[in-house]
Amino acid sequence: MNHTIQNASRHVSRDEGLIFEKTSPGKRAFDLPPLDVPAVDPAKALGADYRSEGVTDFPEVSEIEVLRHFTRLSTWNYAIDIGMYPLGSCTMKYNPRVNELVARLDGIATEHPFQPQVLSQGCLKIMRLLEQCLLEITGMDALTLQPAAGAQGELTGLLLIRAYLEHNGNARKKVLIPDSAHGTNPATAVIAGYEVENIRSDSHGQIDVEKLRELVTEDVAALMVTNPSTLGIFEQRIADIAEILHDKGALLYMDGANMNALAGVTRPGDFGVDVMHLNLHKTFSTPHGGGGPGAGPVAMKKFLEPFRPIPVLIEKGTGELMLDNDRPQSIGRVKAFSGNFGVLVRALAYILAYGPGIRQATEDAVLNANYIRKHLEGVFALPYSMPSMHEVVFSDALQKAKGVNTMDIAKRLIDHGFHPYTTAFPLIVPGALMIEPTESESKEECDLFIDAMRAIAAEAATDPDLVQHAPHTTRIGRLDEVAAARKPRLRWSQTNG
Amino acid sequence: MRYLPKSPAERDEMLATIGVRSIDDLFSSIPDRFRLREALNLPGPYSEPEIIEYFKRRAKESSVGYTSFLGAGVYNHLRSVVTDTIIQRGEFLTSYTPYQAEISQGTLQAIFEFQTLMCQLTGQEVANASMWDGSTATTEAVLMAERITRRRRVLVARSLHPEYREVLRTYAKNSGLEVEEISFGQDGSLNQKTLESKMGDDVAALVVQSPNFFGVIEHTPTLADRVHARGALLIVAVTEGVSLGVVRPPAEADVVALEGQSFGLAPSYGGPFVGVIATHEKFVRQMPGRLAGQAKDSSGRRGFVLTLAAREQHIRREKATSNICTNQALCALAATVHMTLLGKEGLREMAEQNLSKAHFALGELEKIPGVRRAFEAPFFNEFTVSLPRSVDSVNQLLLREKIVGPLALDAFYPELPNHALVCVTETTTRAQIESLSSELRMAVALASEAR
Repeated sequence: MNHTIQNASRHVSRDEGLIFEKTSPGKRAFDLPPLDVPAVDPAKALGADYRSEGVTDFPEVSEIEVLRHFTRLSTWNYAIDIGMYPLGSCTMKYNPRVNELVARLDGIATEHPFQPQVLSQGCLKIMRLLEQCLLEITGMDALTLQPAAGAQGELTGLLLIRAYLEHNGNARKKVLIPDSAHGTNPATAVIAGYEVENIRSDSHGQIDVEKLRELVTEDVAALMVTNPSTLGIFEQRIADIAEILHDKGALLYMDGANMNALAGVTRPGDFGVDVMHLNLHKTFSTPHGGGGPGAGPVAMKKFLEPFRPIPVLIEKGTGELMLDNDRPQSIGRVKAFSGNFGVLVRALAYILAYGPGIRQATEDAVLNANYIRKHLEGVFALPYSMPSMHEVVFSDALQKAKGVNTMDIAKRLIDHGFHPYTTAFPLIVPGALMIEPTESESKEECDLFIDAMRAIAAEAATDPDLVQHAPHTTRIGRLDEVAAARKPRLRWSQTNG
Repeated sequence: MRYLPKSPAERDEMLATIGVRSIDDLFSSIPDRFRLREALNLPGPYSEPEIIEYFKRRAKESSVGYTSFLGAGVYNHLRSVVTDTIIQRGEFLTSYTPYQAEISQGTLQAIFEFQTLMCQLTGQEVANASMWDGSTATTEAVLMAERITRRRRVLVARSLHPEYREVLRTYAKNSGLEVEEISFGQDGSLNQKTLESKMGDDVAALVVQSPNFFGVIEHTPTLADRVHARGALLIVAVTEGVSLGVVRPPAEADVVALEGQSFGLAPSYGGPFVGVIATHEKFVRQMPGRLAGQAKDSSGRRGFVLTLAAREQHIRREKATSNICTNQALCALAATVHMTLLGKEGLREMAEQNLSKAHFALGELEKIPGVRRAFEAPFFNEFTVSLPRSVDSVNQLLLREKIVGPLALDAFYPELPNHALVCVTETTTRAQIESLSSELRMAVALASEAR
């Protein structure tokens, strides 16, 4: 067994229990300044009925224990800061640290959403400039920064479409969604009150335009398309697709999750998209933070503007900015307050760092994906041979013969010092390996990744058992997810701890 | 560009390996007529100091230097530097959703601890890994109640945060839900008579907030009895989590939708915050959002995984319990660290300080002629007063004294003209309360003369 691994070696990993297992009554990690007004008796102020004596089983630990506890936990995570994180469709790029600093400034982090607008001009100017930048990048006419994440952006977009169609007399019944789409698309369409009709991709992984022509009837409200698709392929006939929809009065929604392939190179507004969302936590570098927060601004064509969710950022005659809630045709409010403002700040900081040079980031992302594709073609099966944009999708077809699947390869990649790619998605590729390196990877890091993937392919051929039981170097092995779901234990308690 | 790790020579080398002449060849699948010829018109590129300078300029056009008495769903509480130290660790900050459990145990265990803390806080049995915020958590709780009861009418307290009600309406509109409001009574709590008249066997849930938007604590055990008698669920929204350090948790509720901003998250002009849904174990399969669960590896070692994914959109697609994917994980981590730091005693003390300061503030304001407490029911750190003049006119004068006055309620409740919602937390000093009181006394008098 020869598996020299260049990118990783073993290190000490500390064991650490749950914080509840460290607690001891009387320990504290937080002191308040002394109370400077007379203390009231809670039982009197609230009434005995309402009063609580404190939260049962809440931790009682000291500050150093808290710091150490979470620091130790952190060392069990892989992260972009450690190395390449090639999760397809997730755009795990470098999260610039200056963005963290500016989001924490007094006057930005400290602001209350209900404070007078005269004191909010700084925050509103940030929102305004971000809106302008995103409109320039997408080629659209109007924007809302309200949605909290991509899925809420999708919902907002579909509600805009519904409101517009209703305004014209008929909201229609169906939303068409390609079989390669993100799972959020169909789930969102249902919340927007639409039936979902899945449409199949053609043999090149593209939307079958002739088939689409048959499917688009007066019942169809919209097509939700991801472009480039989750195969990493640009929909070459996107303008024809838009035309087919528009001819029947239906609209084209674009899931902008893959905008990292397009920024600065082409604009959805120019190729027929009516409404789209962006994921600021993908294309615009705001940190994923282990699963959020994100932000999902929605850009749209002019005719959808009256329906934007409240509040709408407007400029008064005096040049003063304000958030306007008086929008009679609005779809309503999708989230309390002013969007995930702290995320918006970080995204603007990212855009300002690049300026028009954002095109270079896109080019490097596409360069990396194609470089990896070139080196791994033949080593792994490539089910769709159309040109790749920012990500490439292989399958485990060649390794399957030895009983090694995409999940096994992914787990073995951990031993080689990388985070796995996205496994088993898109659904139209059985055993998919979906690789998105992003522009943040150097040639050296790409080469190490390629070496690791080649080594694993060799291992799969000669020592499949090694790959099937990976990872071998992590502090825990593969966890029994089936047992965990059968008898879910979702919290610690005195009795089950 | 400093974020891009390639030299021009490396780019050329990579292009040569791929077998193309120029980078443009890699974009050949985009029809020529849609390829941009000109550079985008964007500000930048800026160096790091220029970026900081830009945002510092914006940060000056703000409320810095003002004392604020605003709450209404967004609260100023003490935060520890430890929390920010932890959440800025790259291993937490720059990791993805923990789908690969073996190299995400840090995030997964922290989520498990978050879920536990949320259960302890709310008196519920299970809690999820986070929702976008309190408003969407409340809405998702309603959709959950619809799935559980298969009923379509929802009764919503008018004293639920107005923006939460608006979000609920946006979502309800296309899901066939009928939303009806229940007014508030003389004492500021839910009007039980209206509830009785609107309650029926077709009601999926009653939604109340406690403490409610006016600061009043609802008597949730009574409401639970009323609602349960008709087979409906009680959903309790909590916008001020710190209250639970001294107010008994709504354990009798079927679903609690909590906004966790009070636990270590800055106001940040309205987000990002962290919502959570907590409920009974029997409803867990109808719950939206991610869940971390305990598991074992083949050697019997304890670890944590995302579990019960069969509810979620990436598996169930159009049949999922919700469309939520990205949630507020890092905010949930901040709340976890913050609550762990506070601990049992710290949370109790913080809550009692809020209670004491708010009651002191009410006492001070009540001394002003014409200022009256609006609602008699018990309150935590927010209370409603009526002023002899319009709140806006008074606030204009307070602003000159660098005070951001209490929230004018008439924008949300036309039936409450001249009513103001005052928020006082442990961060508000006695001197600031006394200053509000004396400036308000003058403002009321001045506004009165101005008439």
